[in-house]
Amino acid sequence: MANAQKNSHEAIERNVALMIVLTLLTVSVGGLVEIVPLFFQHSLTKPVVHTKDAQGKPVQVEIKPYDALRLAGRDIYIREGCYNCHSQMVRPFRAETERYGHFSVAAESIYDHPFQWGSKRTGPDLARVGGRYSDSWHRDHLINPRSVVPDSNMPAFPWLNRPVDASMIKEKMQTLRIVGVPYTDAEIAAAPGALTGKSEMDALVAYLQGLGTALSNFK
Amino acid sequence: MMSADFTSNFWNLYVIVLVVFGVGLCLFVLMTNNKRHSGPVEVQPHVWDETLAEYNNPLPRWWLYLFWATVIFSIVYLAIYPGLGSFQGFLNWSSVGQYEAEIGKAKQKYDPIYAKFRGQSIEALARNAEARAMGGRLFATYCAQCHGADAKGAPGFPNLTDNDWLWGGAPETIVQTITDGRVGVMTPFDGVLSAADVTDVANYVRALSNLPNASDAAQRGAMVFAANCVVCHGPDGRGQPLLGAPNLTDNVWLVSSSQAQIEKNVREGRNNRMPGFGDFLGEDKVKLLAAYVWGLSNK
Ligand code: HEC
Ligand code: HEC
Ligand code: HEC
Repeated sequence: MANAQKNSHEAIERNVALMIVLTLLTVSVGGLVEIVPLFFQHSLTKPVVHTKDAQGKPVQVEIKPYDALRLAGRDIYIREGCYNCHSQMVRPFRAETERYGHFSVAAESIYDHPFQWGSKRTGPDLARVGGRYSDSWHRDHLINPRSVVPDSNMPAFPWLNRPVDASMIKEKMQTLRIVGVPYTDAEIAAAPGALTGKSEMDALVAYLQGLGTALSNFK
Repeated sequence: MMSADFTSNFWNLYVIVLVVFGVGLCLFVLMTNNKRHSGPVEVQPHVWDETLAEYNNPLPRWWLYLFWATVIFSIVYLAIYPGLGSFQGFLNWSSVGQYEAEIGKAKQKYDPIYAKFRGQSIEALARNAEARAMGGRLFATYCAQCHGADAKGAPGFPNLTDNDWLWGGAPETIVQTITDGRVGVMTPFDGVLSAADVTDVANYVRALSNLPNASDAAQRGAMVFAANCVVCHGPDGRGQPLLGAPNLTDNVWLVSSSQAQIEKNVREGRNNRMPGFGDFLGEDKVKLLAAYVWGLSNK
């Protein structure tokens, strides 16, 4: 054992605690550099989008949290797995913006927990679908896509006309408030009322009609 | 991102220090393990199972060179691209910048093509083969999913080839339709009219287009129509383009002429939306589209 300390790596290999500490440090560098600073960038933490209007003048657009009905609709969107076929992410390429409109920016999903960017487009991107169709088109389309798009291979969601579940809406909003969505007490108190008499369809359509509208007048 | 984007300069320095330290550490590990041993390969001091020992071989050369290459790559990368905190890199690259360059290039390429159509009237463009072909391609891209590839419409989406208009077919009206979009709203009559009234008025609507109907019901329906529907559809049911209220006497239908569908329209009302394309496509493209659409009904 006379030459035990001759190799520099030997010292690390023989000391398990040191090995663990150095391993942890090594694997965390990526996260420390690439993730942690994201929480301290204005463009990723403020509900404000800086863009340009048609004349090229800089404008600021404010992003608002979902109201209770849209929030319930977003949960149905997640429950039904719409994100498996639809992305909500217009990438900054001409081929995308000429089809869908302004590219998606981080602040737009600031109140999305979790975000719905998706990764697969069996159907079209929905990031800017708000205002594109009428409510009644969405209803017909969701109940039976073939009734309005004859060749559609989107599945039908005929059960959506049942009442929306309002029992947890206050808790959901309170939970979202913990992670930074600025719901007021009054908004939370009024939430169950906003859902009474509404169907899951009403909620989902309200959600879809709000998607991307903050930037739909910009290119 | 831009330097002003970090909430404080600390984060700028934090990123720089960690990145430089990380690259530096890699360099240090490389340099300290770079030596080639001469003589016999040394054996590690630990021994298992009485005879099992481990060589302390130097790093394979190909691996070592690859590691060097990645370190050099990272240094070059950090110099020209953003990566070191707020430092933009010498290329001054950003994803928005790349996007704007792409748009600028396309504008340069396509602008002259549109420019030559600018002074011309919609009617003239509809007779110009090149403009019509471009309008047709734009239509296939932006309009076909609703109005159909042949522009003959789909349930709820009007046929644009039949010279029968909700909002009017004058060239400037079509331009306005495409630019600002249209919302056609008919109030629901569920709860306002009794079920019998709805059946009656639907029979009357079918009578207006000379479709088979129960004539006594249609007669009663005429009164219901006069009391509830003329404000929008006009006293003779010929529609009112200012409201997008369709002509009900021409046997052209948005969805279908069936008794059931007409009753559904009356009960539930209608809410139909054509999205505006003005901001999205710009004047030049809207004009070519309007010429194409106008040309479909005015050959
Ligand atoms: C199996 C994949 C699939 C699933 C799951 C799916 N869709 Fe679709 N969706 C499509 C396809 C394909 C289209 C294009 C054809 C059409 O318009 O029906 C489409 C079109 C749409 C459109 C019209 C978009 C446009 O710009 O024309 C909307 C809105 C939509 N889907 C919403 C939904 C919602 C909400 C859900 C969940 C309840 C959902 N989709 C689930 C495949 C899917
Ligand atoms: C999202 C679906 C949708 C798309 C995309 C769409 N339209 Fe429409 N369009 C409609 C609907 C729905 C109406 C009927 C509006 C109403 O009922 O008042 C309409 C109405 C019109 C009308 C008026 C017809 C009339 O009878 O007065 C014109 C013209 C028209 N569209 C042209 C276009 C052109 C050109 C495009 C492509 C740039 C286009 N539309 C894209 C849905 C769409
Ligand atoms: C507030 C104005 C308004 C009133 C009142 C109104 N309508 Fe309508 N109606 C419209 C509009 C606008 C449309 C077109 C909707 C669309 O584009 O989908 C329409 C569409 C229709 C259609 C479908 C036409 C087609 O081409 O398929 C029928 C049928 C109809 N109305 C019947 C009636 C009857 C019957 C009444 C009275 C009980 C009535 N409407 C009252 C505005 C009105």
